[in-house]
Amino acid sequence: MMFVPGNNPGMMADAHIYGPDSIMLDLEDSVTMAEKDAARLLVHNALKTIDYGNTEMVVRINPLSTPYGRKDVEAVVKAGVDVIRMPKTETADEVRELEAEILKVETEIGRVGETRIMAAIESALGIVNAYAIATASERMMGIALGAEDYSANLKTNRTPGGAELLLAREQIVVAARAAGIACFDTVYSNLDDMETFRKEVELIKTLGFDGKSIINPRQIEVVNSVFTPTEKEITKARAVVAAIREAQAKGSGVISLNGKMVDRPVVLRAERTIALAVAAGVISEEEAL
Amino acid sequence: MRNSKLVSLEEAIRRSGLTDGMTISFHHHFRGGDKVVNLVVDKLAEMGFKDLKLAASSLSDVHKPLIEHIKNGVITDISTSGLRGELADAISHGLLKEPVVFRSHGGRGSAIANGELKIDVAFLGASASDELGNACGVPRSENAKSICGSLGYALPDARYAKHVVVLTDDLVAYPNLPAGIRGADVESVVVVDSVGDSSKISAGAIRDSKNPRDILLAKQAAQVVINSGYFQDGFSIQTGTGGASLAVVKYIREEMVRRGIKASFALGGITAHMVKLHEEGLIGKLIDVQSFDKVAAQSIATDPSHVEVSSVEYASGQHTGSATHALDIVILSALEVDTDFNVNVLVGSDGIIRGAIGGHQDTAADSALSIIVCPLLRGRIPCVVPHVTTLITPGKSVDVVVTEYGIAVNPARPEIKEKLEKAGLKVVDIQDLARKATSIIGTPDPLPFGDRVVGVVMNRDGKVLDQIHIVK
Repeated sequence: MMFVPGNNPGMMADAHIYGPDSIMLDLEDSVTMAEKDAARLLVHNALKTIDYGNTEMVVRINPLSTPYGRKDVEAVVKAGVDVIRMPKTETADEVRELEAEILKVETEIGRVGETRIMAAIESALGIVNAYAIATASERMMGIALGAEDYSANLKTNRTPGGAELLLAREQIVVAARAAGIACFDTVYSNLDDMETFRKEVELIKTLGFDGKSIINPRQIEVVNSVFTPTEKEITKARAVVAAIREAQAKGSGVISLNGKMVDRPVVLRAERTIALAVAAGVISEEEAL
Repeated sequence: MRNSKLVSLEEAIRRSGLTDGMTISFHHHFRGGDKVVNLVVDKLAEMGFKDLKLAASSLSDVHKPLIEHIKNGVITDISTSGLRGELADAISHGLLKEPVVFRSHGGRGSAIANGELKIDVAFLGASASDELGNACGVPRSENAKSICGSLGYALPDARYAKHVVVLTDDLVAYPNLPAGIRGADVESVVVVDSVGDSSKISAGAIRDSKNPRDILLAKQAAQVVINSGYFQDGFSIQTGTGGASLAVVKYIREEMVRRGIKASFALGGITAHMVKLHEEGLIGKLIDVQSFDKVAAQSIATDPSHVEVSSVEYASGQHTGSATHALDIVILSALEVDTDFNVNVLVGSDGIIRGAIGGHQDTAADSALSIIVCPLLRGRIPCVVPHVTTLITPGKSVDVVVTEYGIAVNPARPEIKEKLEKAGLKVVDIQDLARKATSIIGTPDPLPFGDRVVGVVMNRDGKVLDQIHIVK
């Protein structure tokens, strides 16, 4: 998910050519108070006029507690945004408040239920409430960590190893999995240190995240290379899936591969590997069958 | 030395027999740091010359003082590969009565060699020269201060001009050999304080572009090269110097190493990137008409397989045996490409002259595969358009256009299209690219051109290709 400032028409116009899975146009922290209205208008028009292809379009709105939040919701829902990202989410009630706001606008334009919600969790209270937030609405598609505000709230600093974020990251993954939605890690802002960035992406993949937020197209390649399954992983996953099919064909409940029993978690992991490989374009959907 | 050719600039001009109406010539190897053109033309103005024809290999921002010399009637005619900055702006608005004649580097070399462009007196700056006029662009003493590397564009002038004056800021003892400019062709040698500002002659260390669009374009162009069918052991390549062109070399290099492929030669403006590959053993020879940076200039000074060639040997369309005839792949940039694959690298989308033909026409025509790398949009300016503002390189010479929105292949090259599609690259119709640009930006207003012709674009065969009209 690539962050693009909502007040930068040049970047908004061609953000999709770099091939991010989703683009988040920002109306919140990257836009100054003086530019909030102009940026909202720009983002509205960008969503309506630019052909972003298959890229999932997300807009980060201002909190509903500010004078801008409700206007943001109206502008982006009317423009047909896929996902609204709610910043600094701390409670399930806030999600429900946003849901009501979205429904109001959707009802007005006759497009009910299309807009999904992603909640960014950026405080200790938000982390404590992560599961409640993740399950607050049918529209919830994912939760994400906002590490800058979170570490400030913890009264600590961000470090290259990310020790200060460990609990938050694990809590977000666990809450998302329990709720059956996706989870996304925070941004890494030092563009000149791709090595540390790669290590961070490897870490969050290990923790179970579905993806990483990025601030520059140059980071896409690193994220994709970490998340894309290797040839070896794909071959193994295919063997597992083939073994299941064979077992099902024989009507056998027990699956074995190379003489070893294959557990259900192994099967799930294999299916996920193949799904990721298809998503990354390494294999086609036909090849996955 | 009994036969020293050493004289003052004024004396050299007097001895040359120059009279009003004659043609003087210059090279542009000192690029933005050039001091020779302004120094010589100031002196000619001071000596009272009028109606001179200036035949430069190229002109840039630094030649702004020519505006006054044109107004005063010292210079009344210009031929060049390119124009930039205030001089270009003034000429686009009608400063010069006679249209500027634009030629490619190969086209200029041919025109000088076949007598179409007759040079009466050539004033050629050199990094080092001896008293007999053996002159070069590489350092030959510890006092060397204006280093440019190859003097390729000056070599036809040295050979064919009626009278040759070498200007240098580093006079060295005879024999300054080997040297591209041979003393036998030179009549006078003038020592000056400085022929060029070294900080502006060439860029320093390699800087990899961090612009994500450049990187995207470079990766796509590298994929085109790799999957074109020409990427085989012994291939040859030329690239431009834009951010994307330089980055292409990096990605091609990775694949050369992976597959164990080596190039036989790299041609053209030689850059530090090419020198690096050569030193790694990935490129056999460097054929250098112009050294683009300090690393390239240093390399040509010391490496026997890094060879200086004249613009005729580089890219003449009228001489057999020029290097472009042996070139497999060239990667070029563009200001505009149109739906017939015609390219403009000279006139901006505002109608103002702001570029140079360079070797574009020559390399595109002669190479086996020409690839144009060009963003679809530069800000609010569309770069893939229905018709180019000015025709520089005809579409029949252009094979592939790489943009951030997809790759277009000339319908005349279906086999290339098939190969790229098979490799999974995003091949699109060039009409769709133009439509995409219009859909984002809208249709620009027509340019405010008047009737008067301020520039004539020559094809490399010596025929007129297009005209540039005055901007109102």
